[in-house]
Amino acid sequence: MTNDTEARDPREEVVEHLPAMRAFAASLTRNPAAADDLVQDTIVKAWKNFDKFREGSNLRAWLFTILRNTFYSDLRKKKREVEDVDGVMAASLSEKPAHDGRLALADFEKVFAELPVEQREALILVGASGLSYEEAAETCGVAIGTIKSRINRGRARLTDLLDINDDDSIELTDQATMAVVSSGLSVRKNTG
Amino acid sequence: MTDDKDQDRLEQQIDANLKKVFQRTLDEDVPGRFIDLLEKLKEADKQRSPNDK
Repeated sequence: MTNDTEARDPREEVVEHLPAMRAFAASLTRNPAAADDLVQDTIVKAWKNFDKFREGSNLRAWLFTILRNTFYSDLRKKKREVEDVDGVMAASLSEKPAHDGRLALADFEKVFAELPVEQREALILVGASGLSYEEAAETCGVAIGTIKSRINRGRARLTDLLDINDDDSIELTDQATMAVVSSGLSVRKNTG
Repeated sequence: MTDDKDQDRLEQQIDANLKKVFQRTLDEDVPGRFIDLLEKLKEADKQRSPNDK
């Protein structure tokens, strides 16, 4: 019998964070198969180190930290960035996407993949996954100001790559985008 | 002032797309390999320390 008033074993909660771990891993690796391998390695490492998890702290942020560290450790071993096997990135480098003042999602993904990995992770952690600046900074092992700077540079770079400027009619365009914005996606407002 | 508004709208637009990219993976079914792995890890824990919950 379980006592509902007792804190849950964080091991039991890992499964709830798997989708977010996969999404974060995909943003780092830009390769679904590599992302899932990274998640698998992260689960094993986390399991071995659960005695180091501070009860009451953010489990997702803790898992993201392990995932991120594993990713960079793998990168260092390989001594190079993950290969762009299918040439999608190379193709995207040669031309700016055509657009009509909107950000088509496919175009967005292409240019997002071109960002330096530290900018991608900062944007995903804060802009999409719902971590606070503080949690993102802790996850990445850097100062809050560094996270903010990476986000600003990432957004500026995205703007540049997408060739958006003040003359364009920048609209929050399609219904899907509006639905995401209005749903909030459980993302906390980051005021830090 | 206008620049700030444009900047805000641009950031909203970028964040909305980030969320869509992120959400798409969130919406995918979690591959069974992860569920299997978690079960194996739990089982291994039980075998190592049978008195632990």
